[in-house]
Amino acid sequence: MEHIVIIGNGISGVTTARHIRKLSDKKITIVSAETDYFFSRTALMYVYMGHMKFEHTQPYESWFWKKNRIELKKGYVKTVETKSKTLHFANGDALQYDKLVIATGSKPNKFGWPGQDLNGVMGMYHKQDLDNLEEYAPNNKVCKRAVIVGGGLIGIELAEMLHSRHIPVTFLVRESSFWNGVLPEGESAMINREILENGIDLRLGVNLKEIKADKNGKVKSIIIAETGEEIECSVVGLTAGVSPNIDFIKDSEIDTNRGVKVNRFLETNIPDIYAIGDCAEQHEAIDQRRPIEAVWYTGRMMGETVAQTICDNRIEYKPGHWFNSAKFIDIEYQTYGWVWAQPKDNEARFYWEHEDGKKCIHINYDKNTREFIGINNFGIRMRHEFFDKVLTEKRSINYVLEHLSDANFDPEFYKLYEPEIVAKFNQENNTNIQLKKKSWKRIFQTS
Amino acid sequence: MKTIKYTGLFIFLIGLAIFTASIFTGSFSLNESELNAFISSKGYKSEIIKDELKKAVVNNKGLNIFEFSSGIRNAYQASNNYYDGLIAKYDAEKNWDKKGEQFQYKIYGKPHTLSYEIAKKAGSGFVKDNAGIMWWLTFGLAILGALLFILPNFILLGNKGIKNNGIYLEASTNRGWIAWLVLIYLVSFYLLLYFLPDYVVNWTYILDPISEFLNGGAASQWFVYGFLYCVIMLVMAIRMYIKYRHNKYQVIRTTSVLFFQIVFAFLIPEIMTSLNMPGYDFKNAFPLDYDFFFEWNLDSLKNSGAVGLFILVWGIVLTLIIVPIMVYFFGKRWYCSWVCGCGGLAETLGDPYRQHSDKSLNAWKLERWLIHSVLVFSLVMTLVTLYCYFTGAQSFLGINSQWIKDTYSFLIGAWFAGVIGTGFYPIFGNRVWCRFGCPLAAYMGLVQRFKSRFRITTNGGQCISCGNCSTYCEQGIDVRAYAQKGENIVRASCVGCGICSAVCPRGVLKLENGPEKGRINPTDVLLGNDVNLMDLVNQK
Repeated sequence: MEHIVIIGNGISGVTTARHIRKLSDKKITIVSAETDYFFSRTALMYVYMGHMKFEHTQPYESWFWKKNRIELKKGYVKTVETKSKTLHFANGDALQYDKLVIATGSKPNKFGWPGQDLNGVMGMYHKQDLDNLEEYAPNNKVCKRAVIVGGGLIGIELAEMLHSRHIPVTFLVRESSFWNGVLPEGESAMINREILENGIDLRLGVNLKEIKADKNGKVKSIIIAETGEEIECSVVGLTAGVSPNIDFIKDSEIDTNRGVKVNRFLETNIPDIYAIGDCAEQHEAIDQRRPIEAVWYTGRMMGETVAQTICDNRIEYKPGHWFNSAKFIDIEYQTYGWVWAQPKDNEARFYWEHEDGKKCIHINYDKNTREFIGINNFGIRMRHEFFDKVLTEKRSINYVLEHLSDANFDPEFYKLYEPEIVAKFNQENNTNIQLKKKSWKRIFQTS
Repeated sequence: MKTIKYTGLFIFLIGLAIFTASIFTGSFSLNESELNAFISSKGYKSEIIKDELKKAVVNNKGLNIFEFSSGIRNAYQASNNYYDGLIAKYDAEKNWDKKGEQFQYKIYGKPHTLSYEIAKKAGSGFVKDNAGIMWWLTFGLAILGALLFILPNFILLGNKGIKNNGIYLEASTNRGWIAWLVLIYLVSFYLLLYFLPDYVVNWTYILDPISEFLNGGAASQWFVYGFLYCVIMLVMAIRMYIKYRHNKYQVIRTTSVLFFQIVFAFLIPEIMTSLNMPGYDFKNAFPLDYDFFFEWNLDSLKNSGAVGLFILVWGIVLTLIIVPIMVYFFGKRWYCSWVCGCGGLAETLGDPYRQHSDKSLNAWKLERWLIHSVLVFSLVMTLVTLYCYFTGAQSFLGINSQWIKDTYSFLIGAWFAGVIGTGFYPIFGNRVWCRFGCPLAAYMGLVQRFKSRFRITTNGGQCISCGNCSTYCEQGIDVRAYAQKGENIVRASCVGCGICSAVCPRGVLKLENGPEKGRINPTDVLLGNDVNLMDLVNQK
């Protein structure tokens, strides 16, 4: 029986295993050095915040693995010997595979800052980071202040986490406005306000110079590069992005760049070795996507796809329309299609913001053809199926606005802002778009 | 703010302590004429009970309720023992006439109920004489304290939004020592209420004035329960309003359960009683209202003229027509989390404990066995009761009518719905009864699963498997198991509380009533991936 070994028990690896099991009787082993069982990495924050226990982040009960004949091996893979198809573990164990899937995810970036390896300095990515945080920042008596370096999704999550335990937070963001490499100005400004409103000391446009230690080798303070200001703190969170976690194969014959290089079939240069998820790097970016996509959803999609290929239905990785979501403290964010931070030449934008400053939508469409390109929605939930269909059918901005009631996914009884949104668009663009009543028939045509 | 909060807690605990301590106060005795009046009102023919009760209660010894109760129960026992002795004696002598005569002297019913009835007349003391002051010292202080504890959350919780911070770090909400103390208190409360009402007769004195105002009579232990129930729901609803003030579904739903509890379950039956009608809770549907078809209720309705007839017809129409039609259009949530009293308490008092429901597959299996067994039990009981009612028989299908009614009332009505259902909130979550025991929920669940427009829609491929939905599902549904597959949630047990949707950080879940077609949509590959791959895998 063919033995499929998957390194990494995150969403990519586990999705692969589940789909291989659906499609075949192959022997499956998942290897992980991090935890015994699959857990949702994106939910680690809720464990620290006390919303959940760690066990709640595990989507499957422990009997699931045995029932589905998915073997779990805990261990750290040190090297991959591709000729003999053998994995060598840090503890001296070895494991033979017939096909290997590398799904080792990411690790937090460290840019060589002085003091970046001190006690009390941590990323917020692995289960071990959570344990670390619990040790160094259990409450605001042990941790008088925390400094977070890097303004992305993980940075703001870490800020929210510490804030939930009433630990003062200083948040250093290199950009002039939060996440403005991804978010347009309006949305970015909204999140700046949200951060400040929660009493987080947001510092925009600053960089970390160094982290200073006390006499025990623990964090004492940080220095800001631009101002030279020293900020006393007990914990430093490094959240300046992530990069593929592939050090263990750097010396093997597997072709790597920043990530493991793969073709559109998620195959590496070595036969029978595949790479998926955060650690995979496409030779050429697909459509408008980045060559490395460190996103939950793309990890899952690659897992769904590579399982087909491994089970003799060789299929290209062809992700559909881009979508993503996040939550910035109390503001939910979803996006469908593309809304770049800066409009491209052919693009026109429509931005609506609610007077409370906590809800907005931002639509991107083609100036000339009026084709809908993408939407950012903050504080209002939208239907994935609706926008996926709109993008596939290449509908116009007018169509989207007319049918905006079908798109709304907020809970029942919520106030609906569609009339206000459409009215604003009509006013700005001298159009006469009429909002249609929500129609179940149209909504459920897709399914 | 924190100071206010903890001052509130302190005041609340004082109110609760006075309420609890009031049990131990007062003295109990009757004079002879009062006792004789009571005995003749009960129609006791036994001479023994007269003498024994006289010895036990006609004195001015200033007995407390426990001594008083014990005296009455001993009298009850002594009298019955005496006649049981005679019965045995005549039985041995084969003196059938004499033996038969003795049965009329026996006393039936629960000793603690008899004791409660006498004690209600016999009590005196500070509590009885100062009901108004006592109300303020118990209910008043507890309400004031609870509000002082709850209202600062408006500021302390921070901006509006989901703030479940610290739930798994606190002893009160993470099955710590506080949770266990609350469990012990609640279980003790229910045991007293159901089985030892005489011990809490002092509580009824506190509410006598309010009861007399509403229905013209003194308060019973059930009036105390009903009043307390409304007060607790009202106070905890305020907590809900603050916690979910950003979520209109929760605000409206909470208002609805509160309205139905206070108006339908409490005020209307009390007012009906004052008008000499049978007090009836118009929203309490059979088989949750398991004694609707009991002989005493049918007789009472029969003897109440047009109102009685209306109630009888309404009760049947409610269960057979209104309930399933409403479930078809809105799911069983229209009842369980918008109208029902049990659900109302669960959604207010129980909200801090909702995360404790067991999400394992085994719990789901247990749930299906248990809840459907209770449904069958209630239906068999009703069948036997009705057969015996119309034919005058004692039993049907070999089942004694009185026995099955007593067994159901004891096991399901008292233990399951009350002691376990509510008492175990802090450890097993707030919907133990609704999930594992309620026969009406079982009935509506079958309709919801197989013939309803209600579902929780999963928003395409947006789920990140974080587990907030499953954790906070009070019915123990593993919501995530569906959401992470892009599959709608269609489950018999879902009461549509809407919290899964509220706690979801990515806007994945929405409670909806839509067309039946496509309601159940199993998928292997989720929206967002290659369209061809989705077609290949999902349409197999």
